[in-house]
Amino acid sequence: MPDKPDRNAIEVVNVRKIFGSGEGQVAALDTVSVSIRENEFFTLLGPSGCGKTTLLRLIAGFDFPTAGEILLYGQDIAPLPPFKRPVNTVFQSYALFPHMTVADNIGFGLEMLGKPKAEIKARVAEMLKLVKMEALAGRRTGQISGGQQQRVALARALAPQPKVLLLDEPLSALDFKLRKDMQIELKRLQHETGITFIFVTHDQEEALTMSDRIAVMSAGKILQVGSPWDIYDKPAERFVADFIGETNFLTAAVSNIGNGKARATLKSGATIEATVAEGFQPKDNATVVVRPEHAKLTKDKGELSGTVDNIVYFGTDTHIYVRLDSGEVFTVRQQNTRSAGCGFERGDKVGIVVGNDAAQVVRD
Amino acid sequence: MAKRPFDIQAQPGFGFMALLTFFALYLPIAALVTYSFNTADSLSRWDGVSLRWFISAWHNSAVQDASVRSLVLAVSAAALSTIAATMAALATTRTRPYPGLTFKYAFINQPLMVPEIVTGVALLIVFSRIKVWTGYSGLGYLIAAHTAFCIPFAYLPIRARLDSMDLTLERAAADLYATPWKAFRFVTLPLLRPAIIAGFMLAFVISLDDVVITEFVKSGGQDTLPTYMLGQLRRETSPEINAIATVFLALSVVLVTVFYFVNRRKP
Amino acid sequence: MASAEEVAKEAERRDIRDRWVLSAPALIIIFLAASGPLLIVVIYSFLTPGPYGGVVWKFSTDGWLSVLLQRDIFDDTLAFADAHLSIFWRSISLSFYTTVLTLFFGFPTAYFIATRPPKTREVWVFLVTIPFWTNLLIRTFAMQQVIRNEGLVNTALMALGIIKQPLQIMNTDAAILLGMIYVYLPLMVLPIYASMEKLDFRLVEAGYDLYAGRWQVLRRIVFPLIKPGVIAGSILVFIPSLGAYVIPRVLGGGKNMMLGNLIELQFGAGRNWPLGAAISITLMVLVMIALLFYVRNASRSEGAHG
Repeated sequence: MPDKPDRNAIEVVNVRKIFGSGEGQVAALDTVSVSIRENEFFTLLGPSGCGKTTLLRLIAGFDFPTAGEILLYGQDIAPLPPFKRPVNTVFQSYALFPHMTVADNIGFGLEMLGKPKAEIKARVAEMLKLVKMEALAGRRTGQISGGQQQRVALARALAPQPKVLLLDEPLSALDFKLRKDMQIELKRLQHETGITFIFVTHDQEEALTMSDRIAVMSAGKILQVGSPWDIYDKPAERFVADFIGETNFLTAAVSNIGNGKARATLKSGATIEATVAEGFQPKDNATVVVRPEHAKLTKDKGELSGTVDNIVYFGTDTHIYVRLDSGEVFTVRQQNTRSAGCGFERGDKVGIVVGNDAAQVVRD
Repeated sequence: MAKRPFDIQAQPGFGFMALLTFFALYLPIAALVTYSFNTADSLSRWDGVSLRWFISAWHNSAVQDASVRSLVLAVSAAALSTIAATMAALATTRTRPYPGLTFKYAFINQPLMVPEIVTGVALLIVFSRIKVWTGYSGLGYLIAAHTAFCIPFAYLPIRARLDSMDLTLERAAADLYATPWKAFRFVTLPLLRPAIIAGFMLAFVISLDDVVITEFVKSGGQDTLPTYMLGQLRRETSPEINAIATVFLALSVVLVTVFYFVNRRKP
Repeated sequence: MASAEEVAKEAERRDIRDRWVLSAPALIIIFLAASGPLLIVVIYSFLTPGPYGGVVWKFSTDGWLSVLLQRDIFDDTLAFADAHLSIFWRSISLSFYTTVLTLFFGFPTAYFIATRPPKTREVWVFLVTIPFWTNLLIRTFAMQQVIRNEGLVNTALMALGIIKQPLQIMNTDAAILLGMIYVYLPLMVLPIYASMEKLDFRLVEAGYDLYAGRWQVLRRIVFPLIKPGVIAGSILVFIPSLGAYVIPRVLGGGKNMMLGNLIELQFGAGRNWPLGAAISITLMVLVMIALLFYVRNASRSEGAHG
């Protein structure tokens, strides 16, 4: 856990980034503000084109904001060129220098900073050890595997001891198994070095498992910032709920709002208790989200009712798709046991129990 | 009877035509080389094999002069055009279109678009004037002319290499505290080196081969090897010309081979 | 401190300025020793010839008129200059035949190379590249060794007793044509090969699968797909053929002139620089027309194939 949770490493203040000019103008970032705390593993999550990479590039200095400030420990670094920022990047393609050895790549930053040879050598050795690449120090970067290149890229970016490390989808080129290993490895490195990590990804699972906090972005805006638990269980917006995990969307009339909670009256007539997203404006046709694993199927009556449409077996669990009487499809996820089936068949008339701690009312 | 399996790629007669073409490409070269070993005084007779004409060419002071001049000219023009082309390639690649970019492309490639004879007479007109005005009639004119028409050739491989290199590596260098100059010195330039060598060699060969423009630009007594040979061809030719051509040919083959391998070596 | 936006704008301005500075040496050299003098040629074409070569600075359109016409010395009437017309005709027709014949031999050659296994393919390409980079004068001279009266062909034919007198090939249009085909053939093979190399032979399989014969596959599938290469090759052969100077000079023997030799004549023994300048510009215009034709076709086929 961070020692001083209140200290911010990076503050992005009202940053806009417009690409192109005139008719062809595109706002890649539309007035974005976010604070990233010291020592945290912070993730920018969103689909491609949402502006997450643009934001990362602004922090790195490869692009300059059209408006706004980027503060690094209180100092505006937005106008500085990349080589004057104590911030390093792990590139999506790794961008290792192909004409240099692994060790030369790792030492490059320190060399450019004019550090003495002995210090560079010691630091490179330390970094090689940190990423377990000592044996391949003399190899050219073209002669090592993708996973090894990834480690070298990390070591290279960490070697100059940056105040913040930026990671631009660094795991996207790796296969599934390696990606899992590297996720654990990255967490370990962040813990050992105590450096603030800003991680960009479009993979929601990766974001949930690795991050201290996540910022969900869409169309140049940050929609929600919070812990993985917040983002998953208390999505603030429909987009966030939809982008992360599987979700059922219901329409309800919301009343008795207060204390972050409300009464939601579903189309079926049943009323349930729900949590309410911050900044929600009361209205009749509000969107209520219910995660498939938070609802239960019953042969008796529930808050909702319908007919089983399809049953799909997933190994650990089974997804049961229910066509509600109102016509929408509702998914229920049910944990499997070894010997018994799921207990339902296609065409069964069923009820769905939505508990009092299952629903969240979101902004649209 | 077993039938030969159907070959998807085969076209009847194409193989024959191709082999005929290759034969035709090399037959004249073979003839040229063969006659250069002729002992006889003229090309009309064949008196047996000897190195007589190679030795005679080696001792011919006009040939020596022309060879040295050709080399000096080719090295100077190749060096100058490669430097100019490298700078121009850096200025015209890896950028969003900016005003003047298309103009630059067109201008750099302009020498390729105009027949050599036209450029030749144009330079004759201008340089003969300048020679009168300044009184200088040295090798400078030839170097300038050769550098100009070598630039598009030197530009070609360097631009291609830069086009295939995105800016990520330079960005990575900048991210690791390299100033723009250091990023160029330690990242861009080493990665560009094979293309620069290829550009230099292309320019060198192009300069060495030029006849037409040199013929119009040269002052009296400034023969290069090709213009010397062209001048000799007007007369009854002796096998000495064959000997010179054979050596020249061997040099070209060596250069092309080296060029081929330099260009093939992937960084 | 300047804001990030100002810094970004300043960086962009500096980038464009740096790019002009960097390209300046190349642009200046080309302007001084290639493009600029071409403009002077235009001016010279409207001047009066000097008595010993050079020009007299007096405006005249005679240079241009003499490109195709000649003034009768007795009654001052204008008539077509047959000599010039026949040189124009020789240049254009020989260039055309050269293009067609290099295509005729070059296409199967490129196809042959493209269908070799990748390893031997490189060797074949290399074999085409070598003559391509060999001095043009030397290759022309090499062709002379084959076709001259005591050359390879005549010696062989006479030794076999097929002919008694050597065939006179040198100093004819046929010699020029043979020389140009020989010299420019690699320029046809290489671009066609470049297109052919990218050809996906699964398309050929699909053609056979859909009942096409060998000829139909060639005509309906292979040829349309490599058309850009064929057009590029044709232009690369046609344009230098049109401006050929060395080949007709060495193999045509002075009488069988092409445009290049006619231009040289005006600047040399002819002592009519304005006429030479006017013919030069005419030649350049012909080349530009060929290039425009190429650009239009290239952009069209690019559009068609996305």
